[in-house]
Amino acid sequence: MKFDSQSSRPQLSRRRFLASAGAGLFVVGASRNLSIAQSAPQSVLSGTNFNLEIGEMPVNFTGNTRVGTVVNGQIPAPLLRWREGDTVTLRVSNRMSMRSSIHWHGLIVPADMDGVPGVSFEGIPSGGTYVYRFKVNQYGTYWYHAHSRFQEQTGLYGPIVIERRGGERQHSDREYVVMLSDWTDTDPERIFTTLKKQSEYFNFGKRTIGDFLADVRKHGLGQTVADRRMWGQMRMNPTDLIDVSGFAYTYLMNGVAPANNWTGVFNRGERVRLRFINGSAMSIFDVRIPGLKLTVVAADGQDVEPVTVEEFRIATAETYDVIVEPKDDRAYTIFAQSIDRSGYARGTLAPRSGMAAEIPPLDLRPLLTMSDMGMSHGSHGASDATAHRSGVDHAAMGHGPMGHGTSATTPLRHAPTEHGPTVDMLADEASTGLNHPGVGLRDNGRRVLSYADLHTVGGPIDRREPGREIELHLTGHMERFVWSFDGRKFSEAEPLQFSLGERLRITLVNDTMMTHPIHLHGMWSEVETPKGEFQVRKHTVMVNPAQRISYAVTADAIGRWAYHCHLLYHMEAGMFREVEVAPAGSHGGGHT
Amino acid sequence: MKTSLVLTSALALALSAHVASGSESHAQHGDGVPASGEHAHHQHRAHPPQAADEHADHQQEQARDRRVPTDKPTESERAHVPPDPPQTTLAPISMERMVELMQMEDDAPFGMLLFDRLEWRDLDDVDAQAWEFTAWYGNDYDKLWLKTEGERVESQEEGHIKLAWDRIFARWWSVQSGVRHDFREGPSRNWLDFGVRGLAPYFFEIDAAISFGDQGRTAARFSGEYEMLITQRLILQPELELNWYGKDDPQNGVGSGLADLELGVRLRYELLREFAPYVGVLWERKFGRTADLALHHGEDDSEVVFVAGVRAWF
Repeated sequence: MKFDSQSSRPQLSRRRFLASAGAGLFVVGASRNLSIAQSAPQSVLSGTNFNLEIGEMPVNFTGNTRVGTVVNGQIPAPLLRWREGDTVTLRVSNRMSMRSSIHWHGLIVPADMDGVPGVSFEGIPSGGTYVYRFKVNQYGTYWYHAHSRFQEQTGLYGPIVIERRGGERQHSDREYVVMLSDWTDTDPERIFTTLKKQSEYFNFGKRTIGDFLADVRKHGLGQTVADRRMWGQMRMNPTDLIDVSGFAYTYLMNGVAPANNWTGVFNRGERVRLRFINGSAMSIFDVRIPGLKLTVVAADGQDVEPVTVEEFRIATAETYDVIVEPKDDRAYTIFAQSIDRSGYARGTLAPRSGMAAEIPPLDLRPLLTMSDMGMSHGSHGASDATAHRSGVDHAAMGHGPMGHGTSATTPLRHAPTEHGPTVDMLADEASTGLNHPGVGLRDNGRRVLSYADLHTVGGPIDRREPGREIELHLTGHMERFVWSFDGRKFSEAEPLQFSLGERLRITLVNDTMMTHPIHLHGMWSEVETPKGEFQVRKHTVMVNPAQRISYAVTADAIGRWAYHCHLLYHMEAGMFREVEVAPAGSHGGGHT
Repeated sequence: MKTSLVLTSALALALSAHVASGSESHAQHGDGVPASGEHAHHQHRAHPPQAADEHADHQQEQARDRRVPTDKPTESERAHVPPDPPQTTLAPISMERMVELMQMEDDAPFGMLLFDRLEWRDLDDVDAQAWEFTAWYGNDYDKLWLKTEGERVESQEEGHIKLAWDRIFARWWSVQSGVRHDFREGPSRNWLDFGVRGLAPYFFEIDAAISFGDQGRTAARFSGEYEMLITQRLILQPELELNWYGKDDPQNGVGSGLADLELGVRLRYELLREFAPYVGVLWERKFGRTADLALHHGEDDSEVVFVAGVRAWF
């Protein structure tokens, strides 16, 4: 290992130790191939001065050796431990042949420290070093990752834990970071062009003739044919839950493949804080630990009033802090299955290393319903039975946001730009409630977290009523693999302009059949209830298919910022906007 | 540095204004905060200057049931620290430069080579080979298409090749305009070709075109395909193809009117998505003058052909 630049800085306070017993075990198991990233144990760097070296290195997660993007020789990148109130300096050197960058996800930092090439700065050229320096005015669980092409997919992601001044609000005896990610042996460039050529390439859960016959037996011929007719008319596939599946991915927990079983050790009766981070490029996970209740105490680094659940969905880039209290002398499986049930990340909590518990079977692959498509085809409550059916001109419908009264859906209007050939679907109506845990999780027999369960402690960062509202629709074309806001890709859209100091509301409407985690850089997204009350503060907001969700933003971060879907291939395909925050009347920077 | 100091103080003023005005959040102005009235005014503008945002007309002052502001700043309000203004900013750059820095080109071209059919055909007394090959290159909107299909019987090739500009114009459809060259036993024919390609309701893949040749020749062509999944990798693909001509072309065995129909079904197994061997059976039927010409030459006007081949793409 080379840390020459670090060793020349004696003031650097840096501890390295095994992140877990499991990581140690994995090192032993993998020692036949010394080139892999995991041969270096997951390290923790703490203090205020950091030297991070981005490089490339042979790695092996699947039995095949590939080149990964590493930080200080590791995937995931080292855990950075900071203290609230400290000013940290991070010297990031790029030892690769291509430009790179690091973005501190969820950190409120000056625009030139945010790490988005082309927006915040020029990126870090090959052989160059960029010095990030900012004051840390927050605490909690966050992460960092590359913001350059597919470097995040190939390994450039790592956890950040910021200690709260005065101690954590929720006591725990022990804590672990549980970072989930998706590794692929396939070149991400190839995945991207494959999706452009055949977007359903990675979907091996489509409905077959056998499924048709089974449905006929179960629901009768008429209903089955009607169901197939509706999907056929729309030219949509109810099994399209995510674009890249376990066919290409090996899901990792703290950089460890399921077979190698990352393990966190506990003593019976301890309160263990698990800091879950979804550091994947393109995956949404449903997490549970059979046998343990999960008390969620923070979301996206923000403390929430503790809420106890059995399962939670963690979208790409979200973080959740969960406290568990294992009482028995046994192993527990941390099970994180992907949204399409095509695979899982798995690890173990155990009183001793080397133990394992049963791995639960993958759930059945969920099917999207007509309500996920923004159609009111009788698939939900009676109050919707009188609502319009598909084919009704949306523009002709009522415009009141709560037109259905007690119904938790709202009819929609669409911008003219949404009617282009790169948008394959427009929802007729959207659900407005926050209590939907997500596709495939409703009524699964478990108590599943939803945004309605999350109440940020301490209220909003700004009590003002938003002065205006920007409505943006999440749009795309599944088959052409084009993704956009309001039917316009990044290259086709002007930056959004926020006036410095204003409080505004962003309303997102998901006109696609996929779940999109939307991330606004530099400013918090304070999610509101359908009534406009403060609910939860997030840096990444998961928007379910055909959902309408609003959040308030205080534009107090001067500069240019990225705003995008955190599914990496959606972002690269155009689901990205620039946001410019400038004193009112002085806009006009940006690209020409 | 000087600029950043100015910006910092502007920001500080703006923030003090918003904290001060927090207790009167319904106010549309900042009169109560004389020291920073200007900033407060900005914050409360109901409709600040808009970006070219498509949803400008969507913005509504909705009389929704809003939270009741409290008198005191919230805990989060006290704890939140806005970021300092950036010390350096990127100078205005071109979109090209931005794309280069970001390495995020959402309009990049890409291409595909597809051997939809590369097959051996079991004709009555001889073997034949047939192909259907497409190559395209372009971005999400515009692509250059090269498509050829045909059959080779005893070193005699019959078929066509087409070069077209493919432009998407609707959710599921693109138009293709280009040139087509037919090669047959008689003189070859050249056409201007206009077509529509896309996905019809119920997932029928449609490719239809009309062609205008020299000497007032016209032709029309329709093909439709459908895919049924027996398993995730075993796929049954029925297809239908029709050809129509406006004028007799006896040297090429073509009569005016509906000339021929091909109904086929192929069963492929996707060893890889990109590589799938298949077997199939086709029923070919000639009609009208075209059928007469075939019979006249001692050929059948209808035949059943077994095929085996591979489908591959890159």
